[in-house]
Amino acid sequence: MTQLQLAQAADPLLAVRDVSVVFGGIVALNGVSFDMHYGQILGLIGPNGAGKTTLFNCLSRLYQPSAGDILLEGRSILKRPPHRIAEIGIGRTFQNVALFPNLSVLDNVRVGTHARTASDIISDSLKLAWVRRSEAAVNAKVQEILAYLELESVAHKTVSGLPFGTQKRVELARALAADPKILLLDEPAGGLNHEEVYVLGDLIRRIRDQRDVTVLLVEHHMGLVMSIADHVVALNFGKKLAEGTPAQVQANPDVIKAYLGSKDQ
Amino acid sequence: MSAVEELASQAPAVQAVPKRAMTLSSGTAFVVVLLLLIVPLFAKNFVIFQLTQLLYYGLAVLALNILTGGSGQFSLGQSAFYAIGAYTSAILMEQYDVNYALTLPIAGIICFAAGFLFGQPALRLSGVYLALATFALATAMPQLLKLGFFEKWTGGVQGQVVTKPDAPFGLPMSQDMWLYYFTLAVTIAIYIFSVNLLRSRSGRAFMAIRDNEIAASAMGINVSLYKTLAFGVSAGITGVAGGLGAIAVQFVAPDSFTITLAIQLFLGMVVGGVGWLPGSFIGAAFIIFVPNIAESISKGLSGAVFGVLLFLVIFLVPHGARQVAMVGQQLLERARKR
Repeated sequence: MTQLQLAQAADPLLAVRDVSVVFGGIVALNGVSFDMHYGQILGLIGPNGAGKTTLFNCLSRLYQPSAGDILLEGRSILKRPPHRIAEIGIGRTFQNVALFPNLSVLDNVRVGTHARTASDIISDSLKLAWVRRSEAAVNAKVQEILAYLELESVAHKTVSGLPFGTQKRVELARALAADPKILLLDEPAGGLNHEEVYVLGDLIRRIRDQRDVTVLLVEHHMGLVMSIADHVVALNFGKKLAEGTPAQVQANPDVIKAYLGSKDQ
Repeated sequence: MSAVEELASQAPAVQAVPKRAMTLSSGTAFVVVLLLLIVPLFAKNFVIFQLTQLLYYGLAVLALNILTGGSGQFSLGQSAFYAIGAYTSAILMEQYDVNYALTLPIAGIICFAAGFLFGQPALRLSGVYLALATFALATAMPQLLKLGFFEKWTGGVQGQVVTKPDAPFGLPMSQDMWLYYFTLAVTIAIYIFSVNLLRSRSGRAFMAIRDNEIAASAMGINVSLYKTLAFGVSAGITGVAGGLGAIAVQFVAPDSFTITLAIQLFLGMVVGGVGWLPGSFIGAAFIIFVPNIAESISKGLSGAVFGVLLFLVIFLVPHGARQVAMVGQQLLERARKR
């Protein structure tokens, strides 16, 4: 390992520190802490209502934690509004796919580059030289990503008409267009059949290996999490139940109890 | 590869390219511009005036189309921005002796600012509620223009007469014809800027917000900024249209800019096809000419006849002129293949 890699291994890329979220009187998250390291695929699991989505929404800045902190490379992200999360390298997909239905695949992925580009309405209206150069760079990047995710054949199609599995890949492409350091995936296996789930698993691993992206996977599908995650965090009733390798978490009696119920119930 | 994915990749990508869907192909555009250049040479002054009217109303509809078709926000208050533009041009020309051509960018900038500011409170509203808030703006405007406080500039209820400019450089053409070509030049320029804008990063941000605000925000788009910018741009273009209107009609008065005007512009947008920029001018033609046609059918019941005609359009082609154009294009392609 080089010095840099050693340093990176020591400092987490993302640190969740004692995060609590309270809605009215209900404690949705209660002092949850864990670290994400560079290049990891971290699986966040838990039964319904465990607080996975709440935590996810804190990371994407839709919710504000009532206590605790979330640090990206040592700096808190909690003062940033939701639209200033993409520029520091946090990309996301949505639980039931949230694309721009009336835009083409190409334009959807182009929107993904928004946080990495600049423009103003006057330069855009006049199509100034620097805007044309920037658009050319955007197009080259989008073409590369579409080729990478095998979406070239549908590039000009409006996304609303595409099959669900393809829409999910478009969403991944859009997230990758912003060059994220961390990719937050909210239940990517939802709505996919058995075979598609494993194709997706391979894809997520390939993206991590080839594009230098750290992945946070919030997932119901235990098979997917256990087969691709390096590290698993299990939540239940807003608290961290267990943490470790997939095998460790799977063997943890508390986790088994949470998923299957205990004998004496 | 799964069955689903195969299905997706087998289907050929023959659909109309969505990016083009908002504009005209270069061939069609060329023909349209050529016609717009030639027709006035053979027309009477009154027809030339009507064509000028078509262009500046078309611009106002285009402005609304950028707001609604582009960023997904409704407005029934466009008449207010139109009024501000018209009065700005009129007052600058008559009281400060500013050249008529120079008054247009000033009207545009003032209206951009007005629209941008109005967009701030409007951010909290969406859909019908936003439409209602803008409606309030449209109802308030004529009365604001009549206020005694502003009277020395606006001329109060009396309004203000505007002198029609002569053709420059001693060009041998009538005032009407010169004004037509001047309006045409401004219209083409604004149309090109609008197409550029909608195809750019900013335009994509507008449309992303229209389609899904939360996803747009996750992609780094500042939703409030772009929503207010859309309001500003729309108001700015409407202001220029208002300025051109004031110069062409040679008169501004508070009661020319009531809520009826805002509804007419809205109607023009729907008839032309929401989100289809060329349709704005077809919609403008509808709101200018169809009332005349209705009157020629029945003087006493012209309103009812207009209503029936409008109803027919909405019933037969709910997506407006855009739908007609698309069907036409498909027929042409089928004919070519044979």
